[in-house]
Amino acid sequence: MVPDATFTSYYGRPVVKASPWKNDIPAYFFLGGLAAGSSLLAAGADITGRQELRRAMRICALVSVTAGTAALIHDLGKPSRFLNMLRVAKPTSPMSVGTWILTAFGPMVGIAASAEVAAVLPRPLQALARPVTVAARPAGLLAAALAPGLASYTGVLLGDTATPAWHAAHRELPFVFAGSAAMAAGGLGMMGTSVAQAGPARRLAIGGVLLDVLAERRMEGSMGISAETLRVGRARLLMRTSRALAAGGLAGTIALGRRSRLVSLLSGGALVAASACTRFAIFEAGQTSARDPRYTVAPQRERIDTRIGQ
Amino acid sequence: MRRESFAAADPALDTGWTEAPPRKGFFTDGSICIGCKACEVACKEWNGIPEDGLSMLGMSYDNTGALGASTWRHVAFIERRGPSRSGGFTALPMVTDISGNDHAAAVDTAMHWLMSSDVCKHCTNAACLDVCPTGSLMRTEFGTVVIQAEICNGCGYCVPACPFGVIERREGPADARNVGVAQKCTLCYDRLSEGMTPACAQACPTQSIQFGDLDELRDRAERRVAELHAHGVTDARLYGADPNDGIGGAGAFFLLLDEPEVYGLPPDPVVTTRDLPEMWRAAALAGAALLAGAAAAFLRSR
Repeated sequence: MVPDATFTSYYGRPVVKASPWKNDIPAYFFLGGLAAGSSLLAAGADITGRQELRRAMRICALVSVTAGTAALIHDLGKPSRFLNMLRVAKPTSPMSVGTWILTAFGPMVGIAASAEVAAVLPRPLQALARPVTVAARPAGLLAAALAPGLASYTGVLLGDTATPAWHAAHRELPFVFAGSAAMAAGGLGMMGTSVAQAGPARRLAIGGVLLDVLAERRMEGSMGISAETLRVGRARLLMRTSRALAAGGLAGTIALGRRSRLVSLLSGGALVAASACTRFAIFEAGQTSARDPRYTVAPQRERIDTRIGQ
Repeated sequence: MRRESFAAADPALDTGWTEAPPRKGFFTDGSICIGCKACEVACKEWNGIPEDGLSMLGMSYDNTGALGASTWRHVAFIERRGPSRSGGFTALPMVTDISGNDHAAAVDTAMHWLMSSDVCKHCTNAACLDVCPTGSLMRTEFGTVVIQAEICNGCGYCVPACPFGVIERREGPADARNVGVAQKCTLCYDRLSEGMTPACAQACPTQSIQFGDLDELRDRAERRVAELHAHGVTDARLYGADPNDGIGGAGAFFLLLDEPEVYGLPPDPVVTTRDLPEMWRAAALAGAALLAGAAAAFLRSR
């Protein structure tokens, strides 16, 4: 089971190419997940009559999806050609699928958030904003329906590459990212809402931490030697930071989340930061695994040896 | 997304071309490559590819290093101490001391060279083409994989998707064509359309790079391997010629004299999209879990 430590390469040069993506991409993964989780909390708050939570989460969803989309466009080699993404719809391309989800999701959270802004306008203007106010609930529910896809497709996007650490994690990445999204949005809900209204945010955050941690453990178990890349360099630091923040945030939320506004604020912040660290750690690990030919060659050689052995 | 058979019969017809000439490809025979790099030069000249580094890599006669956005042919050049295992190819006396004092000792230390010209494989199941979100990457009537540079928006997804590390986003020089856009070998689409041979194959002085109908090239390669084996070159093997491999067979395949990884090639490449249905199922489950979790978070009374 342990792969051969000796492997051959062409003068130690990489076999596959690392993605040309910069920090924009893991930042987008984080912001997209945050937006998705926020829209779910907003929709739930809307239905159950939690005005304060609804308002905070609608605004947060719009801000994060806008920032995320900006990061995505900024990372393109030709940002002016962003709209070429909408020439085709390809189920074989997770990026194409994700772009279409994002394209539908963005305007929906835009409408829902506009209604919150309209509500604080002077009275004469409120009449003008009436269509937005009416459309807010259906738009918010539509966004929530798209949110699970938005939160989990990014795991498929990374898994669907020849980058050793990402591809080896392709079964678990969508779960890690869905958990991470719940953790981030729950944390932000705790920060932006009074403790009385933040109950669903706390519960979503706790569930998110559990899903994220369990899926991540399982992922490391199935990654083979490429799991090493999560335990070296920047990825190691990010992963450790993420774990510590998630553990602290979880403890604070469970112990004092219902009583202390300050602890809610701190715990929520820790969970948001933990989610960001996870995304950057996994991104970093993949880049490392692509640059070292061992992670490409050794598992493939092992696969061949197993086939021959049979 | 679902293919009838993983090893597609004719990728051009499968893609929707109604009339297509026989699938075209390269057979690169590493046993007769002399490492002259005429293919690299011809490719650069014909395709107007910008300069991408003139540094010394200090590893062998190869200062090109790897395929990339502005290197569409790359001659791997492996220098090894010790005689070749099977014989049958270059075994040279090595000069270890340039002062000339130690020639007699040096002759005892034989070395051998391995050379082979690498290129885009034009996979039957091409990951770059599958993951491209703009439709810039396309399958031509010749069964090859080509980028439409004016459509590509430089998202970079094809770069980590390629199991061979071939395709890359061109990052410079600033005044070059197609900067910010993914670039790779086109199998000289323009020349093929005029019934011409691709520039690298045309320039190859030993016919190590052979261009033609893929079926015919595969037959020729089988005969060549048998011939080499008969001459005692037992290390000779084909790479990328099997339609049942992880990429459904390459349009550009190779005859190698050692394991693929020695030449910088992955020993068992698999198109990543083969696992995509499984990934979408995982995403659907993960999304459902998130939705259920969010709903449950609101179920309890405050």
